[in-house]
Amino acid sequence: MRNKFDQELSNMHDDLISMAAMVETAISRAVEALKYRDASLAKLLQEKDHEIDQKERAIESSCLKLLLQQQPVARDLREISTALKMITDLERIGDLAEDIGEVTLFLCDTPGYHAPKQLSYMAEATIRMVRDSIDSFVAKDLKKAHSVIEYDDVVDKLFNETRSELIGRIHESITEAEQAMDSMMIAKYFERIGDHAVNISEWVEFSITGTHKNIRVI
Amino acid sequence: MSMHTKYKIQDLNLHYGTFHALKNINLELPEKEITAFIGPSGCGKSTLLKTLNRMNDLVEGCSIDGTVLLDGEDIFDRMDVNVLRRRVGMVFQKPNPFPMSIYDNIAFGPRTHGIRKKAKLDEIVEKSLRDAAIWDEVKDRLDKSALGMSGGQQQRLCIARALAIQPEVLLMDEPTSALDPISTMKVEDLVQELKREYTIVMVTHNMQQATRVSDKTAFFLLGEVVEFNETAELFSMPKDQRTENYITGRFG
Repeated sequence: MRNKFDQELSNMHDDLISMAAMVETAISRAVEALKYRDASLAKLLQEKDHEIDQKERAIESSCLKLLLQQQPVARDLREISTALKMITDLERIGDLAEDIGEVTLFLCDTPGYHAPKQLSYMAEATIRMVRDSIDSFVAKDLKKAHSVIEYDDVVDKLFNETRSELIGRIHESITEAEQAMDSMMIAKYFERIGDHAVNISEWVEFSITGTHKNIRVI
Repeated sequence: MSMHTKYKIQDLNLHYGTFHALKNINLELPEKEITAFIGPSGCGKSTLLKTLNRMNDLVEGCSIDGTVLLDGEDIFDRMDVNVLRRRVGMVFQKPNPFPMSIYDNIAFGPRTHGIRKKAKLDEIVEKSLRDAAIWDEVKDRLDKSALGMSGGQQQRLCIARALAIQPEVLLMDEPTSALDPISTMKVEDLVQELKREYTIVMVTHNMQQATRVSDKTAFFLLGEVVEFNETAELFSMPKDQRTENYITGRFG
């Protein structure tokens, strides 16, 4: 009946999954670069961010074309508008991974730096949130979208633990302060990644139910 | 926005012979709002539109039960059909101007209703043409034949002709399906202006038009109203899977 349209929607889903995978990889690389103080990996993040931006443009363009050509309504309208909102958050997550890489580059030159262990947990948690938020969109799985929103508490808790540990380090030795500030920045970046994954999931909820944070959008 | 119900349709069933064309219709059409009827061909939307003006109850084999109340009065019981049609005007799919001058087209209805004074007729003609957003285009050629106008102008002339008898309701059966995009936009703008004074019910096959123009939409299928809701909600979050399938083009 609408084979071409359905095919284009399915391509758009594939593109979103691939953009999400790029973003997940970026977060993994960021935490790996930090862990091993790997400057080349941190630099690679900057190069790869460009690819994420290009993917965003490509998805944006196909969504706008679908709006123009198909004049979608009902579920189609909700899905396409959700995709347009989601890619903005995904792109921001990519930028945050790049930001982590930038701080890491600086830390690579700092002798004796060791990252708080919570940072790698935050990386794992946020990667999971990003992946689940996109999966919930593609599978139209409201329960999964809600679980991402709830999982943000885990990231917030890790953030607070990191903060306490870093305050402790500064108390122990004031010379730790500069490193601690950098670690704190990284923790904040991860915390923001979690928030963006929550935004994505909230739009997934709209795509499934027509309501965003319990308010009817149209 | 008025919450007054202009038309209240209760348990309406209509048969053409053995064909059950309308099945248990229950609808309340709000006053001074635009209600769109959508659905595939043969779903009953035009039949219901015609029923609101009693255009089909004289068709051979047509039987109707249930009630249709206009401002609380049953249109099938003790209401003179001429009174009904004075209160409820109709505009059809194809513009159908009478083969006479623009002026006489508009004055036709008022004259039928006994208005003879030139000054009064002049006033009605001007007001109707102004309300139908066509006055400026025709004011210098009112004595020219209406058949010389473009399709879009003819349709607005027909709307003006319907307005000339000062109805309360305008029924429109696919009023733009024979018009080009610019004329279509003019009629759509006009319809939205008209809802300040009139209750409008419009059958349309153009779903984008329903979303642009109407406040409420009823989706018909096989003689039934499947879903009736605010237009924005019906087109963004339909409640019935059949509505979803139809409006997204994944029907049948």
